[in-house]
Amino acid sequence: MSSKGKTIIILLLICVIIAIIPLAIIKNSEFGGADGEAFDAITEMDPNFEPWADPLLEPPGGETESLLFCLQAAIGAGIFGYGVGVLKQRNKKEKTAI
Amino acid sequence: MNVKQRKRVLGTAVFALMLGIVPSSFAMHIMEGALPPKYCIAWGVLCIPFVLAGYYSISKVLKEHRKTLLILAMAGAYAFVLSALKLPSVTGSSSHMTGTGLGAILFGPAAMSILGLLVLVFQALLLAHGGLTTLGANVFSMAIAGPFLTYGIYKLLQKIKAPKYVSIFIAAFLGDLFTYCITSFQLGMAYPAETGGVFAAVLKFLSIFALTQIPLAIIEGILTVIVLMMLESYARSELTDLGYFKGGMNHVK
Repeated sequence: MSSKGKTIIILLLICVIIAIIPLAIIKNSEFGGADGEAFDAITEMDPNFEPWADPLLEPPGGETESLLFCLQAAIGAGIFGYGVGVLKQRNKKEKTAI
Repeated sequence: MNVKQRKRVLGTAVFALMLGIVPSSFAMHIMEGALPPKYCIAWGVLCIPFVLAGYYSISKVLKEHRKTLLILAMAGAYAFVLSALKLPSVTGSSSHMTGTGLGAILFGPAAMSILGLLVLVFQALLLAHGGLTTLGANVFSMAIAGPFLTYGIYKLLQKIKAPKYVSIFIAAFLGDLFTYCITSFQLGMAYPAETGGVFAAVLKFLSIFALTQIPLAIIEGILTVIVLMMLESYARSELTDLGYFKGGMNHVK
């Protein structure tokens, strides 16, 4: 494997470790969203706080919401992966042409 | 940009200024209805010139170098993926990355305002994450302030001849973090604390958002380096067209 390939794998591993550390060291937390916490903080500043608009469409529950988030990631990953594939294939072609 | 386009961008910028919003007084997604209407409108108007400039910048790049469309789509897709991943952080809560650094480095910060807008509209409409009333504020923090800082830092580091990958990492890291600093600022401005006013409120929100974001911003920095390493190997000609090897893209102003 090229040295670049090795570097990329090491870098990816570092990312995974950074993401796992909090899960390993913090035991009594559900890792809720930081935006939910901000909601509480606003209520603290202004006890009368009430959102003046509601989302047009709200996922009925956690499952549907995670479905939609997955969909977002899948669409993105699909397009990104397609791009990588096209570029890689083109490169291969150019090399064999020479 | 041609003269007519430039006039439009300038015109909307002046309009934004007239409403008494100074662009330098900069502010994760703010929930639907969480900002008072006047702030929603102000942030929204402030975004218009940037989005316009982004539209012109993208159409210009694509006109001159049609084949960079694939790279643009990949930069958008990258932001799409990263902003969908909610990662656990050291504060015991979760947040997600912005993914806007890659596009800012390759296509310039203005182009990112369009790509970021698309991501935020998707999340606001379908996921009830962020919101339509707060779209302006969120676009400003994620699709404008973050990318502009990333681009500025990257240019600066390249100018002082910092190693390329180090520059990319620091630029993407700070851009991600900056987005959440702006969010804290936007919330603090709208909800000043009883004691300490805006300043104390901003600090309070910073302690929620920015602290959570630090490890995530590191990950985003690393991922952006990896993607650019990969693109350097496989998309040399496109990156050359974008001026990447000359130390940053050279299309926007």
